[in-house]
Amino acid sequence: MKTVEEIKSAIKAALPGAVVEIAPNSSVSGQHSLRVASESAFAVAKFLRDDAELKLDFLSNVSGVDWPDSLEAVYHLFSMEKKHGPVILRMHTVNRTDKVELPSLTPLWRSAEFQEREVFDLYGIVFTGHPDLRRLLMWDEFKDYPMRRDYVDPDDFDYEPTAHDEVLKRVQAHQSAIAGQASSEVGAWV
Amino acid sequence: MGVIEQARPEGWNRPAVITPTGDGELLEVAMGPHHPSTHGVFRMDVALDGERVIRLKPVFGYLHRNHEKIAESISYLGSMPYTDRLDYICPITNNWAYALAVEKLVGQEVPERAEYLRVILGELTRYQNHASSIGFLIQEMGASGTPLMYAFREREKILDLFEELTGARMMVNYMRFGGCRVDASSAWLDRTRKVVAGLGGFTDEFERLLATNEILMARTQGVGVLRADLAVNAGVTGPMLRASGVNYDVRKVDGYSIYNRFNFRVPLGDHGDVYDRFMIRLLEMRESIGILTQALKDIPGGPVMSPTAKIRGFRPKPGEAYGRIEAPKGELGFYLISDGGPNPYRYRVRPPSLINLTILEDMCLGHDVADVVLIFGSVDIVLGEVDR
Repeated sequence: MKTVEEIKSAIKAALPGAVVEIAPNSSVSGQHSLRVASESAFAVAKFLRDDAELKLDFLSNVSGVDWPDSLEAVYHLFSMEKKHGPVILRMHTVNRTDKVELPSLTPLWRSAEFQEREVFDLYGIVFTGHPDLRRLLMWDEFKDYPMRRDYVDPDDFDYEPTAHDEVLKRVQAHQSAIAGQASSEVGAWV
Repeated sequence: MGVIEQARPEGWNRPAVITPTGDGELLEVAMGPHHPSTHGVFRMDVALDGERVIRLKPVFGYLHRNHEKIAESISYLGSMPYTDRLDYICPITNNWAYALAVEKLVGQEVPERAEYLRVILGELTRYQNHASSIGFLIQEMGASGTPLMYAFREREKILDLFEELTGARMMVNYMRFGGCRVDASSAWLDRTRKVVAGLGGFTDEFERLLATNEILMARTQGVGVLRADLAVNAGVTGPMLRASGVNYDVRKVDGYSIYNRFNFRVPLGDHGDVYDRFMIRLLEMRESIGILTQALKDIPGGPVMSPTAKIRGFRPKPGEAYGRIEAPKGELGFYLISDGGPNPYRYRVRPPSLINLTILEDMCLGHDVADVVLIFGSVDIVLGEVDR
């Protein structure tokens, strides 16, 4: 199979406007990846799928990653026809709060359908162009994104009948927060 | 441009939109989450036109416990027992995929005897998974008991072997980064040889009982057809993909572990229907017996743990790795990102069960509601892996 450098120059030759750079991997696995700007991601992905030499017809894995200043979606591509891979495609959101849109690759590979829904559900990346972007594992009314690293459990201690140590501290903090409406139930725990 | 223009129209890989003809009553049925055929807690919201399925949306998450988040808060080795609980029918292959990914991340070698033990246990797992999966499928078709109990009789023998070697029937926690936890005694290997020698006879019996059964053929042939191009596009892997005629087996493609030493074939289907999936599993059981016989003959002596393997203070260098194996249900992959700490920065499971369900709606559209149970059963999923 072509190396990432060769794939990058092939992309540059076919799509002169595409913004692609190589993200090196320092581990011994040697699986380097291609980082694409979200504007050119769809065209690059389409090229990788349809190029006669690469033929990456099999999108195996879609992962979300939470970095300190942005969210990332990582796509592992293989070829079932040529039996090679992986080619790893990654794209970043602008930030973690309000600019979290990335183009959906579900129109190209159906296998992204549930996986992008899962990334949306757990990381909060909004995939534009996804045909059915709903939460996958959490329920629809759920508000937060549980796989983000700054996620905190909701203030709901119903599961802890005998609060102690750290949980007890949080119960007390919770109690003082809702001081006006503190019920005898909460008081009974302490 | 150098790019081949897509010959297919936009949206060719989406499920068809069927408008009701008005012949039958329109009905929405929630199949599950507590339905005997859903292998756990899983719901399908099905829209019916009379008996015909016109829309089907799977609903997940009833068994979600955010396995990936748990794994990111504990050490690398600490996740090993948790992987048993993903696909709890095949804990060995889950262990294997995770160990393989970590070994890729740190460049750890595995001794030869450990590789042989992994292959032996992995193929035993594949055998019992396929046998019980066929049993469940026939059970859902209405043949109460007999085929499933036949399958479970053999599965029990294999689980006894697991228990003797690892201490647990299902929650084995057997593999380590750089080998296996305990060595197999020669008595265990002898017993395994005896069990494997009996599996061929059971496979024949199973095939004679089922393969030409008139009811099974009538219910499964031509039902739930999956086209090869859609299967590839939807990332379907494992026996489901090969039943659609695509020759892709990670054991052959990657040749991970020591699979390139063994002589085995990759059975392929013609029609991609439920019957083909059933038949492919039966044929793969035979291939597994072949691999087991070779591995049990050739297994060398030596250590089962690499002397360079690091157990305490295990901190991979920053970087990432994606490791995958051919699990009984499809391609099981683990994607790990290390930031140099004792916990993985990112731990991702690529669950074949979930991704194989992507095209469930496409396969069910237009069929009777009774066939949904069969088509769903032929996918062969375990909810512990779907919901994680």
